[in-house]
Amino acid sequence: MNTQGKAFKYPDNVDTDVIIPARYLNTPDAKELSLHCMEDIDKNFVKEVKAGDVMVAGWNFGCGSSREHAPLVIKTCGTGCVIAKSFARIFYRNAINIGLPILECEEAAEEINKYDEVKVDFDTGVITNVTTGKTYKAQPFPAFIQNIIKSGGLLKSLKEGENRG
Amino acid sequence: MGMTMTQKILAAKAGLDNVEAGQLISAKLDIVLGNDITTPVAVNEFKKAGFNSVFDKNKVAIVLDHFVPNKDIKAAEQSKTCREFACEHCVSHFYDVGKMGIEHALLPEQGVVTAGDCIIGADSHTCTYGALGAFSTGVGSTDMAAGMATGMAWFKVPSAIKFNLTGKLPNNCSGKDVILTIIGMIGVDGALYKSMEFTGDGAHSLSMDDRLCICNMAIEAGAKNGIFPVDSVTLEYLKGRSERPPVVFEADADAEYEKTIDIDLRKIVPTVACPHLPENTRPASELGNIKIDQVVIGSCTNGRMEDMEAAYNILKGKKVADGIRVIIIPGTMQILRECVERGWYTAFIDAGAVVSTPTCGPCLGGYMGILAAGERCIATTNRNFVGRMGHVDSEVYLASPHTAAASALTGYITEYKEA
Repeated sequence: MNTQGKAFKYPDNVDTDVIIPARYLNTPDAKELSLHCMEDIDKNFVKEVKAGDVMVAGWNFGCGSSREHAPLVIKTCGTGCVIAKSFARIFYRNAINIGLPILECEEAAEEINKYDEVKVDFDTGVITNVTTGKTYKAQPFPAFIQNIIKSGGLLKSLKEGENRG
Repeated sequence: MGMTMTQKILAAKAGLDNVEAGQLISAKLDIVLGNDITTPVAVNEFKKAGFNSVFDKNKVAIVLDHFVPNKDIKAAEQSKTCREFACEHCVSHFYDVGKMGIEHALLPEQGVVTAGDCIIGADSHTCTYGALGAFSTGVGSTDMAAGMATGMAWFKVPSAIKFNLTGKLPNNCSGKDVILTIIGMIGVDGALYKSMEFTGDGAHSLSMDDRLCICNMAIEAGAKNGIFPVDSVTLEYLKGRSERPPVVFEADADAEYEKTIDIDLRKIVPTVACPHLPENTRPASELGNIKIDQVVIGSCTNGRMEDMEAAYNILKGKKVADGIRVIIIPGTMQILRECVERGWYTAFIDAGAVVSTPTCGPCLGGYMGILAAGERCIATTNRNFVGRMGHVDSEVYLASPHTAAASALTGYITEYKEA
C-alpha cells in the first residue's frame, strides 16, 4: 500500500476544531463535513487537495476534541496520509480505527515543504520527497495496530476475531 | 517494579497480575459513554459492522448535551438517532432533555461512574472521572461502537507523571487555576499519552468539584487520563450516590513515574489562558486592560455547584458592566434546580446575566453565545483554539469562575480579590 501526491504543510498543535469546526457537527455526513476541512486555517485546502495528497504537520497533530469526524474528513477529502512529528492520542486512535494512514516522522515533517511531491510506502514506512529526492524512515506501527489496519478498521478486526472464535 | 494507580486499575480490568508502561492490553469496561454528536457516528458504525445488541444495557450511557434542546433540524436528527438507539437497546442511562446535564457533570452526580471503574467515552473530557479514582479516557466513535458491542477496549498502558500537591489553595483560586498553571508549565502535549497522577496532602485538601475540574482538563495537556487517590472526600461524595460499590486502588509505594512535579497550592494565583492555546497562561493580575464582550460561566469544566456559588458570591447585589453579555450555564438539571431554590438564579438575572438550561452550547461554538469577528470572551470552558466559540477572528480567554465573574463586573479581565 502506498500513496503519492503533493504536500500541504501545517504547524504544531493543529486542533480538531480547525480540522472540522464544531459549528458543522450537526451532521454525521462525512461528505458534507469534508467541504469544511481545515477552513479556519487554510481556506484553499479543500479546493486544492486531490486524491493521494499528503498532509504534513508539526507536534501534537489533532489535539483537542475526540471527534472522529476529524480524521474522517481528512480521509474523505482524498488525503492519502498524514505525516506529523507527533499525534494527539485520541486522534491517533481514531485515525487507525477508521483507516486513515498516519505516520510519525520528525525529520520528514520538518523538511518537507508545501507542495513538494511526496511518496509514502506504508509497508516499509519509507517516505520519499520526490521533489528533493530525500528519503525518510517513519516509526512502524506495533503488530497489534497493523492487524487493525490490515482488517480495514477496528470493527472489522473485531468481527474477524469473532469469526475465528 | 510497582505500578501506578492507573496501571493497577488497568491490570485488574485486563485480568493480569501486572502490567507495565507500553504494554498493549484488552480491558473490561464498566461504562461506555457517548453524546449527541459522537453517538450517531458510533450507531452508524455499530450497525454497519452487523452488531445486534449492546454488551450490557446498564453499562452504556448516552447523554444529549452538546446541541440540546436541539439547536436546528440537523441537530434534532442526531438526537433522534440517539433516542431511537437507546430505546431499541433499552439503554438504562439515557439522558434526554429534562433529565440531561453536561455529561461530565451529570454522570458523577448521578452515581453512574465510581471509584475503580474503567470507563471510555466518545468525548475527550471523559478523563474527568479520574477525580473519583477511576481510569477514564476519551476515545472516538468507533471505539465507542466497539465498546458498546463487546464491553472491551484496547489500551496501551501509559507511563505517568506524578504531581505532588502540597498546601492549600488561596480563597480566590480554585481547581481551574491549578490545572491552567500545570498546563502552562508542561504545555499542551506535556503529558501526551501519559497519566497525570495527583497526590500529596494538597490533593486531599481539594474539594470534589476542584478535582473534577482538574482531571477534566488533563486532555488539554495531551494526557490519556488524570487521576486522584480515593480518600474521605471521595467516599463522602460517592456515599448514597454511587450505583455500584466503589473499589479502591492505590499506587504501589515503588511505582515508577517519568517525573515528579511539585506544586505548592499556596503559591497558585488566579490564572488565565490567552488565545489560542490552553498553555498560553498568564496571571490574571498581569494582563492589563483586556476589554471583553462576553462572559461564559459553565461547561463540563466549571458548571458545578461550587462554580455557581463562586459566581453568585461575586455577582449578587451587583450589576454586570455595560455592554457585557454574561451567560451562566448550570451543568445539570439538579444544579439548575439548586440555583433556583437558593435564590441564585434571581440574583444572576438581577445582576444582568442570562441563565441557560444545561448545554455544552457556546464552549464548542455550537450555539447559545457565539462570538462575532473581533469579539472577546472570558470563559470558564476548556479550549481557546482558533474559532472555538465562533468567528475565526474572535478570542477566548480561559479562567476560573472567580476570575470570569469578577471580569463581568468590570468589563475587562480582572483578578478577583476578596473584599
